[in-house]
Amino acid sequence: MTAAIFADAERRISRRRWTAFGVLGAIVAYFVYIFFAFDVGGLAQRVRLDNAAVLLRDTYSHRVQVTRDNRRDETVVAIDGERNGRFAEDRWPDWVKAQGTSTEVDLRAGVKVFYGPDDVRMAIPDYGTITIVPANSGINLTTPDGAVPAWISASDTRVDITRPEGRLTVTKARTETFRYFLGWPMFFFTTESPFYYMGWGERAAALFSDTQVVPGTSNAAAMWNDFWHNTAWRHSDVAWAMFETLLMAFLGTMLAAIVSIPLAFVAARNFGPSMPLGFGIRRVFDFLRGVDALIWTVILARAFGPGPMTGALAIFLTDTGSFGKLFSEALENTDDKQVEGLRSTGANALQRSRFGVIPQVMPVISSQILYMLESNTRGATVIGAIVGGGIGLLLTQAIQTQKDWEDVTYYIILVVLMVMLMDTVSGWIRRRLIKG
Amino acid sequence: MTDATLIRDSYLAQIRRKRAYSTVILVIFVAMMASGFQLANGRNAGGFLSGLHRIFDFPAELIAEAVDRAANLPGLIWFYLPALVETLNIAAAATLLGALFGGFLSLMASPGLAPFPRLVPLVRRFLDITRAIPDVVIALILIFMLSSGPVPAMLAIAFHTTGALGKLFSEVNENADVKPVEGLQSVGAGWFQRMILAVLPQVAPNWLSYGLLRFEINVRASAILGFVGAGGIGAELKVAIGWGQGRYDAAAAIFILLFVTIMVIDQVSGHFRNVLVKGR
Repeated sequence: MTAAIFADAERRISRRRWTAFGVLGAIVAYFVYIFFAFDVGGLAQRVRLDNAAVLLRDTYSHRVQVTRDNRRDETVVAIDGERNGRFAEDRWPDWVKAQGTSTEVDLRAGVKVFYGPDDVRMAIPDYGTITIVPANSGINLTTPDGAVPAWISASDTRVDITRPEGRLTVTKARTETFRYFLGWPMFFFTTESPFYYMGWGERAAALFSDTQVVPGTSNAAAMWNDFWHNTAWRHSDVAWAMFETLLMAFLGTMLAAIVSIPLAFVAARNFGPSMPLGFGIRRVFDFLRGVDALIWTVILARAFGPGPMTGALAIFLTDTGSFGKLFSEALENTDDKQVEGLRSTGANALQRSRFGVIPQVMPVISSQILYMLESNTRGATVIGAIVGGGIGLLLTQAIQTQKDWEDVTYYIILVVLMVMLMDTVSGWIRRRLIKG
Repeated sequence: MTDATLIRDSYLAQIRRKRAYSTVILVIFVAMMASGFQLANGRNAGGFLSGLHRIFDFPAELIAEAVDRAANLPGLIWFYLPALVETLNIAAAATLLGALFGGFLSLMASPGLAPFPRLVPLVRRFLDITRAIPDVVIALILIFMLSSGPVPAMLAIAFHTTGALGKLFSEVNENADVKPVEGLQSVGAGWFQRMILAVLPQVAPNWLSYGLLRFEINVRASAILGFVGAGGIGAELKVAIGWGQGRYDAAAAIFILLFVTIMVIDQVSGHFRNVLVKGR
């Protein structure tokens, strides 16, 4: 007797063990298949580590670029080499010194670059001075010991010196020196604004002083104007885009809720006026959900063009399907007792629904709406990327220009904060609704 | 008698106040909807009213062309099948990866089960962040680094899935009975042994059910990511729509494939989820 039980137990245990091994083996086999189907091995050659390095460096640091146009003999100091990051001629950073037609750039650790009238010299302690002469026939490079080390790449048309202190590039047309700094550049003010050149103490003092930095406007107004219309970070556009994304989510979700609540009554098996109609509406809900949000977005974008309303309508169509299903199921799970009671007092169908059914399903419905609103905030970012609206559009644009990774980081942080905020707020409201 | 009237009056007053509040909230809500709609309409490229009659133009054209060249459809569907398989593979691999990481992290995030209780809030914050970043963002960044293909999409979806499943799994874990865990601990089982032998058997049905639901969502996400640059059926759809009028039979074939696939997956996974949670 006991032996039989033991044998049975052992057989069961070994069967479970083999199932466990089988599942594990299937997962491993699937990943092996994926490895070859996705050509993960070939990825190693296609991976662009230099891109990754640029991306990473851009997210936490920026460069200041000292550029001399060799033909016109003009020197410009600019953040990230951009037009709106140019320093005014008389307000160059203290590590760049103009001496007549020549310029001296002081990099870190005693490394200096000197732009002479005809040549470029780079002085490196413990190594010596490198001299580069950009001539029409080609670029001549002279190093102290005559050899070309690995951190210099030189050809007839271009010399590139990459040092931890900074970088120097010389071509016939221009000479450029890069020096890297930590942090996001010009987040508050661009170099076009007089406030850029002030420290935080000076800015605070300017805020309360009566001497106008920009004649004709108060300092606070000028500061706000320069910050809000910052051409590098475009704070006003970003704020609009965030608002647009929220608007898409809000409009889409609420419209879907308004439309699907009455439809759910028709579709619910216990309330519907007629079975075939209810069946038909349930299939419409299935269709709306089954046709993916992607397909709706494509179809709507062709009718209405890009913009936030197209996104809102795409959310509306998909969510009507989901809400319809959820709400009609909630209605089917209600208790009839309240309805019976109301009927006994002579209430008509509308009154029975209003006072007998709605109070029962309201917590479920509102918590579903809030949950959907929250998940649509994230969805609106993705839909915005396809239809071209909101923060999704700004994100895809910034990523596709492959230049301003600090902007990308900034937008991602904003999106994450927005989604987390929606999470917290809707979680709080939902808890209050359920507890009453 | 006075008591009854007092009660009635206070009740009616309460009702009136409640109605007044409801009316105010309703008015605010309607005003928000109307102005929001106006605003969205104004910032859209095409207006709502002027575009309304065009909603059915594109589907109508598509259907007309598909019907016109119905003979091409089976061939086209066969042609796009590999792209569909790629989209499904992206979704499946991402769901598996996300479930593996999410499962592990969910155990780290459940107060009763975590090996390092001090790390619980940290792991939870991490899961929140992975959940909050839209997958399209990660995909685009990875495409920049890894060049386009299915791998960036897979990693992006897996990243998001880790956060989503991690949270749901940890909610399941919190309802798990700790007695088996304590029993195993008393005989000297290590953390991994306790988790695999005492926790997993309890949570497996719910974990699987959430995993299936996530797979449904990920199939859609993977189609969308294809549209913005990763491979698969979404990329083919973008190309097919770009061809314009006269070649819509290709787009129709893709629409049919997507629609049927999503329907089938929803039905099958819905059935299995019912079995798993309700037990047959």
